[in-house]
Amino acid sequence: MATGESGQRVGRAVRENPLLVVLVVLAVVLAGDIVRKLLGGGLVVNDLVSLLWNGTILGLSVGLAGVGLAMTYSILRFANFAHGDLMTSGAFAGWIATFLVAGFGQFAFDALAHLGGPFALNTNDLGVSVTNTPLAIVLGLVVAAVFAALLALVLDRIVFKPMRDEGGIALLIASVGVALVLRYLIVFTLQAGRRGLTAGQKTPSIRLTFGGGTFTVNAHEVTLVVLAAGLMLGTHLLLKYTKLGKAMRAMADNEDLARVTGIPTERVVRATWLLGGGLTGAAGYLVALEQGTITTTLGWSLLLLIFAAVILGGIGSIYGAMLGGLVIGISSRLSLVWLPESFILVGAFSVMIVMLLLRPSGLLGGVTTA
Amino acid sequence: MSASSISGRVRAWAGVSDARLLLLVALGLYVLFLVAAPLQGYDLNGTFNSLRRITFLSALYGILVLALNLQWGYAGLFNIGVAGFMAVGVYTMGILSSAPTSTGAGLGLPLPVGIVGGLLAATLVGVLASLPALRLRGDYLAIVTLAAGEIIRLTIRSPVFQEVTVGGVTIGTGGPQGMQLPENPIRILFYEEPAAFASDPNAIGKAVFPFFEGFGIEDTVVVGWAYALVLILILGLVYWLLVRVGNSPFGRVLKAIREDELVASSLGKDTRWFKVKVFALGCALMGLGAILWRLSGGYTSSSSYMPIQTFYVFIALIIGGAGSNTGSVVGGAVFVALLFEGPLVIRRLISNLFEIGQVPRTFFDALGSLAGLDPGPLLAYVVTDVNISALRLVLLGVVLVYLIQRRPQGLLGHRKEVASSVDLSERSGTGGEK
Repeated sequence: MATGESGQRVGRAVRENPLLVVLVVLAVVLAGDIVRKLLGGGLVVNDLVSLLWNGTILGLSVGLAGVGLAMTYSILRFANFAHGDLMTSGAFAGWIATFLVAGFGQFAFDALAHLGGPFALNTNDLGVSVTNTPLAIVLGLVVAAVFAALLALVLDRIVFKPMRDEGGIALLIASVGVALVLRYLIVFTLQAGRRGLTAGQKTPSIRLTFGGGTFTVNAHEVTLVVLAAGLMLGTHLLLKYTKLGKAMRAMADNEDLARVTGIPTERVVRATWLLGGGLTGAAGYLVALEQGTITTTLGWSLLLLIFAAVILGGIGSIYGAMLGGLVIGISSRLSLVWLPESFILVGAFSVMIVMLLLRPSGLLGGVTTA
Repeated sequence: MSASSISGRVRAWAGVSDARLLLLVALGLYVLFLVAAPLQGYDLNGTFNSLRRITFLSALYGILVLALNLQWGYAGLFNIGVAGFMAVGVYTMGILSSAPTSTGAGLGLPLPVGIVGGLLAATLVGVLASLPALRLRGDYLAIVTLAAGEIIRLTIRSPVFQEVTVGGVTIGTGGPQGMQLPENPIRILFYEEPAAFASDPNAIGKAVFPFFEGFGIEDTVVVGWAYALVLILILGLVYWLLVRVGNSPFGRVLKAIREDELVASSLGKDTRWFKVKVFALGCALMGLGAILWRLSGGYTSSSSYMPIQTFYVFIALIIGGAGSNTGSVVGGAVFVALLFEGPLVIRRLISNLFEIGQVPRTFFDALGSLAGLDPGPLLAYVVTDVNISALRLVLLGVVLVYLIQRRPQGLLGHRKEVASSVDLSERSGTGGEK
């Protein structure tokens, strides 16, 4: 009677959540349409692969940035709107370090320290790329992570710590203020405008010709994918196997219980900011590396996508954030098959709103793993 | 008489009624700008224009903040998609009333039809957006409304809707190019042909313009002042409407929802309907504010509806103190005059009073000169257009953090109107908080 039982279970699931069923049906129809387009020649395999690859890159960037957001969300219980600008700050600090190391002695200090900015600086002459100047890149990544981590700690000390007992909304509003301060301090000191970072022709890339087109993978994309996956794995191990990770999970689950058990909650909060900030700074650095340019709105423009990823995965779950990032990244790129480019973000935000309405606990069902 | 006793008397006088308080704030800000005007090198025309500008913006922010206060201060609905609802109102009005030949073609219907249509559309989108509000916690609702606002903005900006032909009629949002709107309706009062850029004045115009020209005040400033005064009138109407709403049984339920939704629903109130209605009304008023704003310039584009616009309204509300209508109007005026226009005034003041030398290339060059005890370069760096704008936003962020940490009740102190009709926290005959 196994089939009968499972039939009943499906029937109950359909009755309880009809909208979810509609979504699943929609997903199946869309997948079918992709197959139809592939067979009918409306879409070539190569384009599909390239959409999937770009989606993975976007997904891992968003997911990595989302891990930090999910951590602070689960432990401090507020939506941190300054998260995007923390990412931007880390990215700027890291890239300034990279430029200074890569161009030391050959270029004017001022020009390097402003990433070009008001000065003329030819990025092709500077020649920053992961294979050409690996040391500068590694150092920049470390600086980005450390700077963002320390900045997060300082912001916590000044802004969020005095507000520990306040509700989520008050903290959210404060974080909006922090976001404005961070972003426009960068604009004020380093001046706005998009800056080129990497040297295009010095970045090795592989061109693959198959399935009716060519598809290019460059070293920076691979770096982002490998490092993002590695950092996420590292975070997973840390949460799972260290005492700190255990304490963080306990706090996310029940703060009062954690405190009476003797967990030093303030110390765990500090560790959360350090860890979350570090990951966020690294994410910002890697996103800038992959894009090859940096702007002062780098993080802010990704923030809603990061929220979408975190919500999709279930707020407070870092595994959810990783998964949510991938789903958001891949689905938003894949939506280019049907939607014009100006609607990609509209699609992603709509998915987020629908998800919040139908299943606010997220894809993974609300496991708050810290 | 000592200074403290004067300030005490002023406070006592202003504390008597909200009308006096508003008058006092307005007077104070006008005096401040009057004093600042000659220091910025303005003649009479420039002075009048700078006063017109803060009047105009204060009235608009007053309307927007009152609308947000209805949603957040009264019902506790945390909506950070204000900019999106503003856009819905303006663009619907534009599509209905803009000329078919303009960029972002419209239907060319009379302006009142467009305005009513814009308000209805904003209401409708408000109802739609309120559906999540029925189910979601505060911070989730914040994210949803922000996303909804961005969806609206991105849709308007998309080239797909730049021009759409439906059934032989071409309409559109103008996409990235923005949209031309009907001419400022106040021109009807002064000009023979209000739509024409250079039109002869009509009888009223002929009577009014020469009088002000005698003082060197240009026609455009006179027309602008007339529009600003109409806005003040509309602000008064909106204020009156919201005070009525707030004091009605409906308003009491809203305050009860804000304080404790469970209690309100236990007492038999269907809180969901109250939330939908109040959200819709608030969105309609946001649409109204935005329509009045953009009609003055005859043009709108999606860049006016970035999330920062929402945060401006929020900062103004927090300054005034969420939960108080009078506070909302005061907050709007203080925000516009001190935080929004203030830095620009200071900038013009510095440029006018001091000899500004060459602008240093970078902030660090400027700092270097400061270390050599020469503040000139730093001053020159600060007062450039871009840098003063950036500093203004830094200032807004700092103010926001400061207020939410130290004075979450706003400038005016505890003015949040209580849910009960009798103030339960005060026992003796000192009266309520009002």
